[in-house]
Amino acid sequence: MAEAILTATDLVKHYPIKGGVLRRTVGHVKAVDGVSFELLKGETLGIVGESGCGKSTLGRLLMRLEEPTSGSVVFDGVDMYAQRGRAMRKLRRDIQIVFQDPYTSLNPRKTVGDIVGEPFDIHPDVVPKKGRRKAVQDLLDLVGLNPEHINRYPHQFSGGQRQRIGIARGIALNPKVLICDEPVSALDVSVQAQVVNLMEKLQDELGLSYIFIAHDLSVVRHISDRVGVMYLGKMAELGEEDDIYGRPTHPYTQALLSAVPVPDPTLRDKKEQIVLKGDVPSPANPPSGCRFHTRCWKAQDKCKTDIPLLEMRPDGVATHLSACHFAQPREIIETVDVSDQQDEVGNTV
Amino acid sequence: MTTTETTSRRRAKTATGSEYHPQDGLLLEVEDLHVEFHTADGIAKAINGVDFSLNQGETLAILGESGSGKSVTAQAIMGILDMPPAVIPKGQIRYCGQDLLTMPAEQRRKTRGPEISMVFQDALSSLNPVFPVGWQIAEMFRIHRGMNRSDSLERAVKLMQRVQIPAAKERVKAYPHQFSGGMRQRIMIAMAIALDPAVLIADEPTTALDVTVQAQIMALLQELQEERQMGLILITHDLGVVADVADKIAVMYAGRIVERADVYDLYRQPAHPYTKGLLESIPRLDQKGQQLAAIGGLPPNLMHIPQGCAFNPRCKFAQDVCREDRPTLQLVAPGRESACHFAEEVLNG
Repeated sequence: MAEAILTATDLVKHYPIKGGVLRRTVGHVKAVDGVSFELLKGETLGIVGESGCGKSTLGRLLMRLEEPTSGSVVFDGVDMYAQRGRAMRKLRRDIQIVFQDPYTSLNPRKTVGDIVGEPFDIHPDVVPKKGRRKAVQDLLDLVGLNPEHINRYPHQFSGGQRQRIGIARGIALNPKVLICDEPVSALDVSVQAQVVNLMEKLQDELGLSYIFIAHDLSVVRHISDRVGVMYLGKMAELGEEDDIYGRPTHPYTQALLSAVPVPDPTLRDKKEQIVLKGDVPSPANPPSGCRFHTRCWKAQDKCKTDIPLLEMRPDGVATHLSACHFAQPREIIETVDVSDQQDEVGNTV
Repeated sequence: MTTTETTSRRRAKTATGSEYHPQDGLLLEVEDLHVEFHTADGIAKAINGVDFSLNQGETLAILGESGSGKSVTAQAIMGILDMPPAVIPKGQIRYCGQDLLTMPAEQRRKTRGPEISMVFQDALSSLNPVFPVGWQIAEMFRIHRGMNRSDSLERAVKLMQRVQIPAAKERVKAYPHQFSGGMRQRIMIAMAIALDPAVLIADEPTTALDVTVQAQIMALLQELQEERQMGLILITHDLGVVADVADKIAVMYAGRIVERADVYDLYRQPAHPYTKGLLESIPRLDQKGQQLAAIGGLPPNLMHIPQGCAFNPRCKFAQDVCREDRPTLQLVAPGRESACHFAEEVLNG
């Protein structure tokens, strides 16, 4: 097994809610509330969950765009949150991020060359000043954009192309880890596949590790080696792609999987659908005990009082991490292995 | 709501005298519809000849990416296009035999709501933030039925109960921001079905919602449709949602319908390269080891739609004829139409 490149332990991020005349803290939004995981070298770890589950905050914490309330992240043997100044800046080179919205994450007044080249201004020792234009053009070429478009502005590109610019900027400094926060959700279906294929190609060529944050379970399954399912700031289930999609043991994962529409009308009546009641509770006032108990059909008194730990629980074949007192495997979707069928497919990246 | 109540509502409607009577269940016919937007930069041809029809109790999905003209089609049917900049140079939209486009404005206004109504994608911006939701639902009854405040509010509560909003009586005076995204969409649905329309247009009704909530909303829409025998036009880019609920599908590309078929046929064996490409480019939840065959290139600019077949620059099957002659929608198999010179080759793999 590959070694871990990034280890998060008990990460917590609470945002204060200020209220009243004196702007006192009257509560906390518990965006991320005790999340631990490892990212292995060269793998893709998918993080899925619905809005408000804390997946984006987790991404920002890993980038240290936010300081955690508590917890630690060890990156390549270095405690990330203990670093200051120059050491931190050096560390940032190795962890980069691609944002969701290619329309707002690129400065409209800068050219593509400036945007992709900006990391070199901040880390001037990576590429000598003379070679920058060439380096940027190589990057554009690598992500499938025309290197001659280096002087164009973001608005001259389509959504998919803009996301490629964002990716080029993300990989400019040769990072070891790329955090992708919903990188394809703003894109059209036909363009989404281009970007997903590009990310897979780059991973193979550059040996990147990805943290792929998304709400689309199909895309996450496609790209991930391992998957973590988040609910209200906590990890509900974490395991290999097969464990999560084939033998989910947490009721939330099961409900989530059953709710995803599969593009095959013949499965219409065969598919078992678990329709959850109600909405996700507010992270400012999460339910006691297991956070899912208010919507769970299995909930017992124990679930209201005891917080279930994320630990190895049997899934019928082996064990994987699940945070449910009554974890039980249940096949929601029948998986078809098509890995050897599609040789003729011509991929365009 | 019980069935008896529904029948009584139907009867009540006849009593108020709907002047529209569908012949043989045929509700809506769109014929050779063209829509252009006259902008400072030129004329964008959003819709270039669209034909389809809708029967009672039928669900027609209009599938397409952004810019394909699917939402503009819906807005043209509803008569809510901003004119100018929009211009409808050609075409008919017949509701129960009467052309909506040539109808006097006042008469058309009276169809909007009682006959044809619409659910929008973004419920938060579609609801008025400064009025209670009950008041906004009740407005339908006050304006179209001339009811007084208390009666109309009573009807609003009933509708809120019908769309399964918990504690409807207490929440009728709440404002839109006090509801979650899923609940807001339910309120939009309540408004849309308030006057018991014969045609309901749902424009990306679940795109902004989380997957577990999406499942709830789609289930509700289907249930209402069955109960009231509405004709439902579902506008979406999500092949999964379509597979779950539609009877017929029209696939749009660059303002034209490129393929039309029964939902089972279309997914089993697409007859247009674009549809085929779309189906191959989406990651599937129930498959592992899948390779995504992305469609290369980008959707066309509506100001400069390619000559011949609009899809030809991105098409694997394209020949010289595709660059010169624009294919029209032709019958390729019983109940199946495709606008491709090589439809039969595509159909037969």
